[in-house]
Amino acid sequence: MASSTQVAHGGATFRTNLATRRLKGALFVALGLAAVGIGLLTLLTLIIDVVVDAVPWLSWDFITSYPSRFAEESGIRAGLLGTVWLMALTILIALPLGVLSAVYLEEYAGDNRFTRFVQVNIANLAGVPSIVYGLLGLQIFVRMMRLERSLLAGALTMALLILPIIIVASREAIRAVPSSFRDASLALGATKWQTVRNHVLPYAFPGILTGNILAASRAIGETAPLLVIGALAYVATSPSGPLSRFTVLPIQIYNWTSLPQQDFHGLAAAGIVVLLAVLLTMNSIAIYLRQRLSRRY
Amino acid sequence: MASTQRIADGYPQRGNMGRNTARDIRERAIHLILLAAAAVSIFTTIGILFSLLGETISFFRNVSIVEYFTGTRWAPSFSRRSFGVLALISATAMTSFIAMLIAVPLGLLAAIYLSEFASRRARSIIKPLLEILAGIPTVVYGFFALLFVTPLIRRVYDVDIFNSLSAGIVMGIAILPLVSSLSEDAMSAVPNSLREGAFGLGATRFEVATRVVFPAALSGIVASVILALSRAVGETMIVALAAGQRPRFTFDPTVAVQTMTSYIVSVSQGEAAVGSIQYQTIFAVGTTLFAITFAMNLFSHWFVRRFREVYD
Repeated sequence: MASSTQVAHGGATFRTNLATRRLKGALFVALGLAAVGIGLLTLLTLIIDVVVDAVPWLSWDFITSYPSRFAEESGIRAGLLGTVWLMALTILIALPLGVLSAVYLEEYAGDNRFTRFVQVNIANLAGVPSIVYGLLGLQIFVRMMRLERSLLAGALTMALLILPIIIVASREAIRAVPSSFRDASLALGATKWQTVRNHVLPYAFPGILTGNILAASRAIGETAPLLVIGALAYVATSPSGPLSRFTVLPIQIYNWTSLPQQDFHGLAAAGIVVLLAVLLTMNSIAIYLRQRLSRRY
Repeated sequence: MASTQRIADGYPQRGNMGRNTARDIRERAIHLILLAAAAVSIFTTIGILFSLLGETISFFRNVSIVEYFTGTRWAPSFSRRSFGVLALISATAMTSFIAMLIAVPLGLLAAIYLSEFASRRARSIIKPLLEILAGIPTVVYGFFALLFVTPLIRRVYDVDIFNSLSAGIVMGIAILPLVSSLSEDAMSAVPNSLREGAFGLGATRFEVATRVVFPAALSGIVASVILALSRAVGETMIVALAAGQRPRFTFDPTVAVQTMTSYIVSVSQGEAAVGSIQYQTIFAVGTTLFAITFAMNLFSHWFVRRFREVYD
């Protein structure tokens, strides 16, 4: 008897509270949506602000002209070419290193101290601020290797910066290859390397490619390390080879933004539109390739 | 027995009739090449330490380490030189703190909403959209902070053209997806049986989210917050553009300051002569920055390992 009243009492309390408890949930959903909304609204505002500032300055001349003291004659050509050169060199250096490291860690390395050390080390490198890579590049590539403030010095710095991203992405792609592939190949008498080259890497290729494009798009937006190694903002020639001096899109944007005259801010906005367009293209290619090339077994 | 051993090894030809084939040699060479590639990451770390420490040691031959860490006036190129790095650290602390004030509440709210309340469809749209924020280059955020957010703040409150408030707010938005995405991953990884257990006991969705899922995912959530903080401390372009180039020891968010990273940038642009004290200062400041972020990363690894809840 006593127990049934207790249950009834408990039930009553439960019911009275349920409305407020549900209300808490509803309020929480509203807060969560507001948080998401603030993030997305800021993104939208940023894009609209940039585009509105950029429209009067965007033209074909802007793409094909070199920077100038006069805002009306200035263009992004040196930065755009510099970015393309720098990315090509960076990927040329970072892709083989990153993929081979990933192959080693996934397919060859045993579970020993060295392997664990390499893994912890890669995780830590991913957390090093990009400007510190700039200091590394300044001291080792620019000064000790006497590459001066060249494209090659910039590309080597950027390659080390994105190496952890490439290794992590490539490892994930390699790990996703079913082990039955390896077993079948080894059972037919292939060596370990033949198995990796003919079966594991081709299968992991879409994932590796996507990871590399995403890493490259991270590098394209990086400004700080290149400022530290001394990439110039005012370059009035196109790069002619890996040892040319250079500038890149983000540095050009930084330079224009930090000038006091409003006209240059318009140029900076136009530069941002070009930069975002490059990034959008690269990311779309990555998504397309991932969907197009990925096969399921 | 011996033959199965060889096949499992992946080297069926090794020791076969005692010959050392060309194939065998090639395999070993490839192994070495791969090992060398993996070692590059170790050389990178050695390179970072080597380039930072060399100049930093020279720096501390000229400047007292006590003055460096306790002084509050930073004036390396004035005639009355002074190297109190606290002036730079205070600015970094302030911009990062403001950024975290924005990123942590918004990021966690968004993460809990996405993981526990949003429909699968809503999540698949909202999460990638938020991640776009992380893909926008920081120089673009710098532009936005200096030329949009600062004028907006100046309409309602009198702040300097360069100030840490605007830089901090924009940085907070830039690192928001780090908190929201990684925390959401951590919460999604909590097994459903825990939620079902709590629902079975009569808990509401809100109670399941805040009292079951959130505590269970705490190690991953803390790791995401620390990662965001270390990103804020090392962030360069937003503060270089919007927070100013004026070193001073203050916690007033409305005035121009200079963070550790913007100091390094400002000296790099001025072509400091190699071997000069100015050249050495950027490495000393870089070492300080590296040590701070490294400590945070270590703490985060330790925390995850110590407090991770493992469900099987």
